[in-house]
Amino acid sequence: MIRNIRSWRVAAAAVAAGLTLAACGSTADESDNESDSASGDSGSAACDVSLAFFGPQTGPAAGLGQPIIQGAQLAIDQHNAEAECEVGYEQFDSQGSPDQAPALATEAAGNEAIIGIVGPAFSGEGAAAGPIFAEAGLPTVTPSGTNPTLSEEGWDTFHRALGNDATQGPAAAKYIQDTVGAQSVFVIDDASEYGAGLATIVKDELGDTVVGEDTIQVGDTDFSATVTAVTSSKADAVFFGGYYAEAALIVAQLRDSGFEGDFVVADGVKDPAYVDGAKEAAEGTIITCPCIPAEDPAVSEFASAYEEEFGEAPGTYAAEAYDSANIFLDGIAEGIDNREDMLTFINEYDQEGITKQLTFDETGEPSDVAVYAYKVEGGEIVSDQEIE
Amino acid sequence: MNFSFLFNNFAELTVTGLAFGAVYALIALGYTMVYGVLQLINFAHSEVFMYGTFATLWMTITLVGSGNPGGLQTFGIMAAALLAAMVVSGAIALMLEKFAYRPLIKRNAPRLIALISAIGASFVLAELMGVRDDVAGWFGLRETLDDYVGGARVNQSMPNIVQNRTLFAIGEYNIRMVDVIVILSAILMMVGLDQFVRRSKTGRGIRATAQDPETAALMGVNSTRVIQMTFLLGGLMAGVAAFLYMLKIETTKFDVGFLLGIKAFTAAVLGGIGNLRGALVGGLVLGVVENWGSALFGGEWRHVVAFVLLVVILLFRPTGILGESLGKART
Repeated sequence: MIRNIRSWRVAAAAVAAGLTLAACGSTADESDNESDSASGDSGSAACDVSLAFFGPQTGPAAGLGQPIIQGAQLAIDQHNAEAECEVGYEQFDSQGSPDQAPALATEAAGNEAIIGIVGPAFSGEGAAAGPIFAEAGLPTVTPSGTNPTLSEEGWDTFHRALGNDATQGPAAAKYIQDTVGAQSVFVIDDASEYGAGLATIVKDELGDTVVGEDTIQVGDTDFSATVTAVTSSKADAVFFGGYYAEAALIVAQLRDSGFEGDFVVADGVKDPAYVDGAKEAAEGTIITCPCIPAEDPAVSEFASAYEEEFGEAPGTYAAEAYDSANIFLDGIAEGIDNREDMLTFINEYDQEGITKQLTFDETGEPSDVAVYAYKVEGGEIVSDQEIE
Repeated sequence: MNFSFLFNNFAELTVTGLAFGAVYALIALGYTMVYGVLQLINFAHSEVFMYGTFATLWMTITLVGSGNPGGLQTFGIMAAALLAAMVVSGAIALMLEKFAYRPLIKRNAPRLIALISAIGASFVLAELMGVRDDVAGWFGLRETLDDYVGGARVNQSMPNIVQNRTLFAIGEYNIRMVDVIVILSAILMMVGLDQFVRRSKTGRGIRATAQDPETAALMGVNSTRVIQMTFLLGGLMAGVAAFLYMLKIETTKFDVGFLLGIKAFTAAVLGGIGNLRGALVGGLVLGVVENWGSALFGGEWRHVVAFVLLVVILLFRPTGILGESLGKART
């Protein structure tokens, strides 16, 4: 999910910058435990190493960061329960903002104990932090950033544990054609990198079925011209590429104008705030997401362990975060205690995770991807089916 | 350019445009009246509107609860929400006048200082709403008031009180009931305000002060009261605008005033700032042209069309469509 949260809290940014500076001062003396035991005995678990989460812990997108933090936490806790040495877990709170990402990435890169990053959670901050991680040789596995361009930047440290938007778009188009059976589709996007990119892919896939398209502006609240365009095109399905705030307004206004077709959206809308915002109008919305449903049998063991530890069902991308953390933990269990060996280990990794077979191509993309359809039913986002 | 779409859906696009334009027009009144009297652009007026939307939201949440109201109850809830929006917006406007302007005007501060004060007040009010969960937390009410202060920085939406889906047809086009309600009530409020300013004693005071503050003061007009009255009237109209906006859009957020405020200010300038009827004309024209522009060029051109129109009109009529004239209306 790509997210570009414009932080209005200038003061907060200043405070964060201050903290970063303070933290930089203190990380210098931690770096002496680097690769002393690098040549050490492989086979026994490494000590004094940490993993880190990078993404929103507070701020407007905190709700999306939490399942990722907890998913990785669960993997680390399970590892620590059995291992001789405990693996540390640090959190770098970017608030989902690309503006704050570089300073935090530099801080993470400066802490040699950190040999793997679960994140960056969003594509926007991922693009900002990517070059810094690449330079520091600090391997990252993102459980949620789906912008296709991230793997095209030539950062050898970048890995992605889920399908990108180039796989999500065709899946959404396939669902609209085959499962919904729509004969005419209206495509709307929000002009963001994520939304417009996804909408273009969907449009290309659907071809002649597309009877109209429009672009809205993020921050607008009245979409009556777009709604009129949809109703007058007599489309029987609408695809919207964008985030939940606008999606909620659009679907409410579409329904108010008597539109009765299907409303199809992607992972940027998979948030409870969508249903809160659109109320009854959200019913029946189809949401595609490269994230495995918590009810899937493959993750049932994980889901029950997660629920036991955190008292709630795993949220979006929790299972992907669990898988991401486990890749690093497998490396640590083999005795890897530095970034260079970890990077080689991940590049050669080929194991079955709970969400998919985890192995990466040379750009860091996963070779096995799956996209799932969700549906809004009775005010909840529930899983529908995997899109084959 | 998609001419056939515009012409085939002309009625529908015009009505929805007029409805949003009516909201612009009601907010524009606040800008125009304060400008007419003080030659000051009250940039914090957008927040007066924003607080009105929240008053509407909170009042409906309180009254509706979780049940589904029907019939007469709906009218009661709507009336209460409208009243709440007007009271809150009016009160915020008065507070602005008291704390952000009067001290400056008393000291004869330059207009620029008052403008900065307005922008400052605008940020304070908007961000205060954006951290309302923390504010409630200070008083230990964070949990109790969760329905009201939760999700402080994201969109909050209203329980449905009117069935917007009620449609009626003009020719073969479906028109939403709510759009008609919005347009008619906005025009009604405008006519009422216009008559009030033209006929009542207070209105005469406002016009006199707008025309020549010193002479008006010499003639016994209490200028402080007139200024207060101006802010109050603008606030009340913003309250009505907020209520109608919530009826139509049903969703609000702490920074909702920003874009609407700019658009309403544009509407005021377009119609002729300082001119009440100009605000109505400017708002309606802006709303309709935005919709036509979106239909012709696509939604991403909406703001481009609106502001190009503003520039073109000001090139040919620098004082706006109807000219500046709060003080010159001498009926």
